[in-house]
Parts: sequence; C-alpha cells; structure tokens
Amino acid sequence: MITKKLTFTPTSTALVGLMTTLSLFVCNPSFANSTLEKITNSKSITMGVRDSSGALSYTLGDGKYTGFHVEICKRVIADLEKQLKIPLQTKYQLVTSQNRIPLVQNGTVDIECGSTTNNAARQKDVAFAVTTYVEDVRIAVKANSGITSISQLVNKKVATTTGTTSVQLLRKHEKANGVNFEEVFGKDHADSFLLLESGRTDAFVMDGSILAGNIAMSKNPKDFKIVGEILNTEPIAIMLPKEDAEFKKFVDASIIKMMKDGTIAKMYQQWFLDPIPPKNVRIGLELSQNTKDAWANPNDKPAEEYSKK
Amino acid sequence: MTFDLSILCKSTLEEEYSPICFGETFQPLLIGINDQTYLDWLLKAWGWTLSVSIIGLILALIIGISIGTLRTLPGKSLIGRSSLYFANCWVELFRNIPVLVQVFLWYHVIPLMLPFLKSVPSYLLVSFALAFFTSARIAEQVKAGIQSLPRGQHAAAMALGLSTYQSYRFVILPMALRIIIPPLTSEAMNIVKNSSVAFAVSVSELTMFAMQTQEETSRGIEMYLAVTVLYVITAFSVNRIMGIIERKTRIPGLLLSSPSGAH
Repeated sequence: MITKKLTFTPTSTALVGLMTTLSLFVCNPSFANSTLEKITNSKSITMGVRDSSGALSYTLGDGKYTGFHVEICKRVIADLEKQLKIPLQTKYQLVTSQNRIPLVQNGTVDIECGSTTNNAARQKDVAFAVTTYVEDVRIAVKANSGITSISQLVNKKVATTTGTTSVQLLRKHEKANGVNFEEVFGKDHADSFLLLESGRTDAFVMDGSILAGNIAMSKNPKDFKIVGEILNTEPIAIMLPKEDAEFKKFVDASIIKMMKDGTIAKMYQQWFLDPIPPKNVRIGLELSQNTKDAWANPNDKPAEEYSKK
Repeated sequence: MTFDLSILCKSTLEEEYSPICFGETFQPLLIGINDQTYLDWLLKAWGWTLSVSIIGLILALIIGISIGTLRTLPGKSLIGRSSLYFANCWVELFRNIPVLVQVFLWYHVIPLMLPFLKSVPSYLLVSFALAFFTSARIAEQVKAGIQSLPRGQHAAAMALGLSTYQSYRFVILPMALRIIIPPLTSEAMNIVKNSSVAFAVSVSELTMFAMQTQEETSRGIEMYLAVTVLYVITAFSVNRIMGIIERKTRIPGLLLSSPSGAH
C-alpha cells in the first residue's frame, strides 16, 4: 500500500500510464513456462524493487537496493541456489506502483520485493507469497494537538497521499459514520507530511510504517506522534507470477522457514527498530500484533479477509 | 488482457454497479445505490480541470494583454520607463520558472509570508499560478503582435489627435489581437493541459482522478484512457472555439486574413 514514487510530475505519470498500456499490449500476459525452469536456464533471477517504499524496499543509490523485503528475497534466492545447485545472478528491476503488476505478469520480474498489498483484485493477475508484514493505517498528529482519535478529526483538515488506498479508506469512513473530513491530498508522502508539519492540516492518515519513517526523518521527531485506533489493516507480501504453484511453494517454504527459526524477527529488529542506512536513523516501529499473527500462522489471505474481522 | 470500461459504473464505496452508471448525479432517479460512481467522480474531476483552466485563462488574458502592451509603450518619462521595467521583470520571472515549481511556491512558500493566503482555496492558487505563467507567454505574443504592425499605424493614430491610450484602444490593440489569435489558441490549449499540475496541491482534477482510481480499481488502462479522451475533447473544443472567434472577428480586406481556423 506504499504506492507512490517520490517525485511524480504529471508528465511522467502519463508516461508510466502509457508504458504500462503498451507493455500490456505488446507482451503476452499468460507466461507459460515455469519460473524455476527459466531461472535454471538463464542462471539469473530478476528481483523487482522499489526506490522509496519505507524500510521495506528502498535504494541506497548506485543501483543498490535494500530493505526488509529485499533482504528476505535475497535469502530466498540463496535457498534457491542451494536447491538448484547453481550460482544465480540477481538482476534488480526498479518498479513503480503503476508498472509492478504488468511486469510480474509478463515475466520481466520473477519476484517482486516491494510493498505490494495482497488484495483480491490483484490475486486475479498475480500470486502472493505468504504475508511477511502487516501494515496498520494510523493517524499522525502534532504532539501538542491533543487529538487522540479519528472522531476528533471531524470537520478538520486531514492529509493523505494521492494514489493510496487511504484516500478510499477515509471516504468509506465518512460514508459509514456520516461524518466529514476536509481531505487535502499530497502528491507524495513527503508532501503530505509537509502539510502536517506546516500546519495546513491537523492530521496525516497513512500506513504506520510511512508515518513512523517520515517522523523519524523530520527536523523534530518529538513534535509528532502516531495516535488513535487502527483504521485499516493490509497484508503486504512478496509478489510472484500467477499460476506457478511450484515456484510459489518454494518461496513460501523458504519464508516459512525464516518465520519458524526466528530469522524474520531478527530482520524486523534490524530494519524497523535499529538504525538503518544510509542516514542511520531509526524508524522505531514496534512489531504489531497483526504481523506477529501473520508469522505464527503463515498465510496468503487478501486484505479483504482482514477487514472482515 | 481484458478491457472493461464498466468499471466506471462501479460505486466508489461498495462493490456495487449502478444500472445507469450515474449514482450521485441522478440520485433521485435511482432506486438502487446512490453512492458516487467512478463516472460521477470522473465528470466532477473534468469540472475541476475546466474551472481551473477557465479561471486561469481569463486572468492570463487580462494580465498578458496589459503586460504585453506595457512592453511596447513609447514612454520616455519615469513612469513610462519604470512600467516597462516592471513588465520586463514580470515576463522574465514567470516565464523562467517551471509551472510545477510556481504552483508549489504559491501553495507552500508564499502563504508562509502572507498568512491570509492559507485560507484561499487551493484551486484558486493553482489558477493564479497558471495564469501568471501563461500571462508571461501571452505578453510576449501581444508584444510581437503589436510590433508586427507597420509603424505608420501608430503615427497615423497620433496624427488624428488620439492620445496614447486611445491609439492603443482603437487602432493598435484591435489589430494586434487579431493577428495573434493562432498563438493564443495554442496558449489556451496549453493551459488546459498544464492544469494537470493542480493534482499536486490537492485539486481533484483529471490527473488526480487517474492516479487515485488506477490504484483503487486496479484498472489503470481504462482510467487513463477515459482521462485522455476528456483532455483531448477539451483541448480540441478550445481549438474549435478559437477558430470560430477568429472567423467572426475577421475584418474583410484586412491583411490579417489567414485562410481559416487556428493552429
């Protein structure tokens, strides 16, 4: 659900839209050969990565990518090398929220390690590995604002980012509760946070990891806090080609092994609680109950299953 | 791939489809859902694109023509020279800053210095930014139009005893503005397309609609296609309207009778 590339001009958006369109028309979406066969033959695997998806997947510059999901994928690939008994070359392919699904569908990307929400609509086009991270949508406010719940935001200005499911979430909340927020849409997360920081809005509603990341990077992290109820829960997972049960089985098994032996908990500590490169700041987001549950009972349920609860 | 425009008939809140594709817009006619559908939202977004463009264009024309005229004034007095200087600065300032940057300046930076601007709705701020950007370009065209007139026109107006104001009002501008209708057509079409920067400051116009709905519905191609069609329709309508204006205002026998239509 972290869905925005950082600097997005209208032109580039249109271009991405156009390219997505073209790639869909040109490439054959039904990728018949098995992914494992392709990887074995080419002795390489293509990992889809993001450039600024919080601590999940981001770039260090210079073509280097890292993050919680990227490191999980690196371990999966190491397991794959052991299984296939051949060294694999890992190619990185930068993806955006607009082109990630077409690129997995047409086989350009073998394993997408970004920040993709597993939902029912996407499951028609791609497959997801077991959920490795569960995102909670929360509210960030100024620490001195006295706001502690979404009910206090009625008729106030609320920032959120264009191109995210939080926009829809706020709309549904308004309808369901018969209340009104004055929504202000930032063009990216940094922009939305600036709206909160400059006092143009009273709150910023977004994924908890993004809020925590933006607060950690701000001038005075103590001026902000994350408050209130969890507004929505979304499973974030590694994306795989559809209809390739063999490959999914392998990736799932590799990830479940990490969940069972505690590797994944250590990695969570490393990416969300300890200082991370390149600036050595802490995100400082405690492990949530939902994520713990997802690790205890590995599953690939879509977001719709979570909202039923 | 499948291609399914019926997504536009879907409610933006529930997984329901409206039988007539309009929820909110024709609410009383409906028995079923009355939530907003994506088609309602698309039309509303189109409305925002049109509003921002039209406000911007009207302001841009007024300011552009004034500044362009100032740049051609013959004045040697202090007032004449300082207004020329002001007009030159205006053009260079607004022509040399990218329009997206100007939008951000108006939305994020200038309200810090002038707090009352914080209460101005963002669509007005975007309209101002677009208007100022476009006014610099229009000013250049107006100046070029005026300079393309034979010098004798101005001299003849003076000889008839018209003041500078009168000579511009009755002789020079009516001719110059007719000459520059083709480039003005391009500017009017450009402002429609440039209005897409408004998404960056929270105006829910067509570009924002496309970015947001492709995420919500996972049907990016359909959404971008719908938006593209509306942009094309809008820009082409502007082109035709300007073509009509050009034909209606043409003075028979004047040298400016370019065959027909605008750019």
